[in-house]
Amino acid sequence: MAYSDKVIDHYSNPKNVGTLDKASKSVGTGLVGAPECGDVMRLQIQVDEATGIITDAKFKTFGCGSAIASSSLATEWLKGKTIDQAVAIDNMDLVEELNLPPVKIHCSVLAEDAIKAAINDFRTKNGLAELVFEQSHV
Amino acid sequence: MLKLPIYLDHNATTPMDPRVLEAMIPYFVENFGNAASRNHSFGWHAEEAVDYAREQIAQLIGADTKEIIFTSGATEGDNLGIKGVYEMYASKGNHIITCTTEHKAVLDTCKHLEKLGAEVTYLEVQPDGLINLKELEAAMKPTTILVAIMYANNEIGVIQPVKEISAIAKKHGALFFTDAVQAVGKIPVDVNADGIDLMAFTAHKMYGPKGVGALYVRRKNPRVKVTAQLDGGGHERGMRSGTLNVPGIVGFGKACELARLEMASDTERISKLRDKLETALTQLEESYVNGNPAYRLPHVSNISFKYVEGEGLMMGFNKDIALSSGSACTSASLEPSYVLKALGLGDDLAHSSLRFGLGRYTTEEQIDFTIKAVSETVLKLREMSPLWEMFKDGIDIDAIQWAHH
Repeated sequence: MAYSDKVIDHYSNPKNVGTLDKASKSVGTGLVGAPECGDVMRLQIQVDEATGIITDAKFKTFGCGSAIASSSLATEWLKGKTIDQAVAIDNMDLVEELNLPPVKIHCSVLAEDAIKAAINDFRTKNGLAELVFEQSHV
Repeated sequence: MLKLPIYLDHNATTPMDPRVLEAMIPYFVENFGNAASRNHSFGWHAEEAVDYAREQIAQLIGADTKEIIFTSGATEGDNLGIKGVYEMYASKGNHIITCTTEHKAVLDTCKHLEKLGAEVTYLEVQPDGLINLKELEAAMKPTTILVAIMYANNEIGVIQPVKEISAIAKKHGALFFTDAVQAVGKIPVDVNADGIDLMAFTAHKMYGPKGVGALYVRRKNPRVKVTAQLDGGGHERGMRSGTLNVPGIVGFGKACELARLEMASDTERISKLRDKLETALTQLEESYVNGNPAYRLPHVSNISFKYVEGEGLMMGFNKDIALSSGSACTSASLEPSYVLKALGLGDDLAHSSLRFGLGRYTTEEQIDFTIKAVSETVLKLREMSPLWEMFKDGIDIDAIQWAHH
């Protein structure tokens, strides 16, 4: 199976690899997947408390090239968005942008789950109720 | 000059030796006869070529020429050997013993027979990949007709104690079948010294052509018979009908002759390269060799690089290096290698493995390139791995409640 150019580009030059201070109130962390399944994603957002805008996003991923590319692209999309806009990111948008084949759709689902988990972590830290999400497309 | 890409997947298939191709060429256009045509020179030429190849093949494994039954490959050999014995010896019993790390051609054949009434025992392997002989002995029953244990494993290269296994089978009156696809042509295999009753092997894993293999079926002490699985003209002493693949068989014969003559020198050279690769790559932190290193094929190394995922790892160099991973991220099942799991490896280590399969044309330059490319990619991906960060921070990854998908 050949990878799309965009997946190869994100794999070779991943954007926003790194770690934010997970103890900080302005940082939300989402850790999803499981080592047994061959995919673990950690996605973090830094939120400006005054404007509610995501000013920074970082990821670290254990997984195949498509998982790495999905999380790298997700961090790019998150930066500059408000929380409300970030919630609207759909895994199928990642699939389309990266041209993922059907067997790799779960990588995009994982990235969407990581975004939502990071947002809820941020909300919990700031005394807000967790958002309840519908099941994403599999 | 180093030519890319580098092929390190010789357990999947091998390139054909040019000398094999040369031997085959006259049997496509010029000598095209059917080896079963008894009444003209076209047939006689073909039959002569097949007989010569049979000798070359028999000699490599210490067999008699009459004990070689040509097949389309080892999958057919596995099917014919196991199903053929099950049917032929039905009056003696219905119990088969095999093990969990066998090739699918053996496991799925056994599963098929279970549906038809066979009782199959699947022996677990020890963490080093070898079966436990005491467990084999304990599994033997009066109804056991066949013990089917592979000679050497395709993923980790461990060599089973074939002599001891065959002795146990013999003691209990059962036949011993072995899938020797990875072993024949790579290490000395002698059907008499090893006590083998039936053995499947194939040409394309030993620098021969694809689409041709053989089933060894013992003729003396005991005389073994298998029920044919294909009905037709009764070729191959009635055990396998179908017009013989003459050019393929000629190539198979030549490949066996070359393997016999060059095995010692090939092994010496290739195992040195394998050891160099393995020594260098296991210098990376948290990298582990899978399978018993003392009982292993000389050209295989299976290594797990903890905290990086195998397919992601391969992507770092797969335009330059061709090899396989125990990760099954490409398959819809998301299940990693059942062989590595059978060793008791956690799924995480199974997902993190690479199989390096060296061969006759592997050079030191290629190995040096591979060491560098793999090491760099492992380090790069670990910088990107949340699990590596947790490991470095002293967090117990096993204690985390992971959400399973």
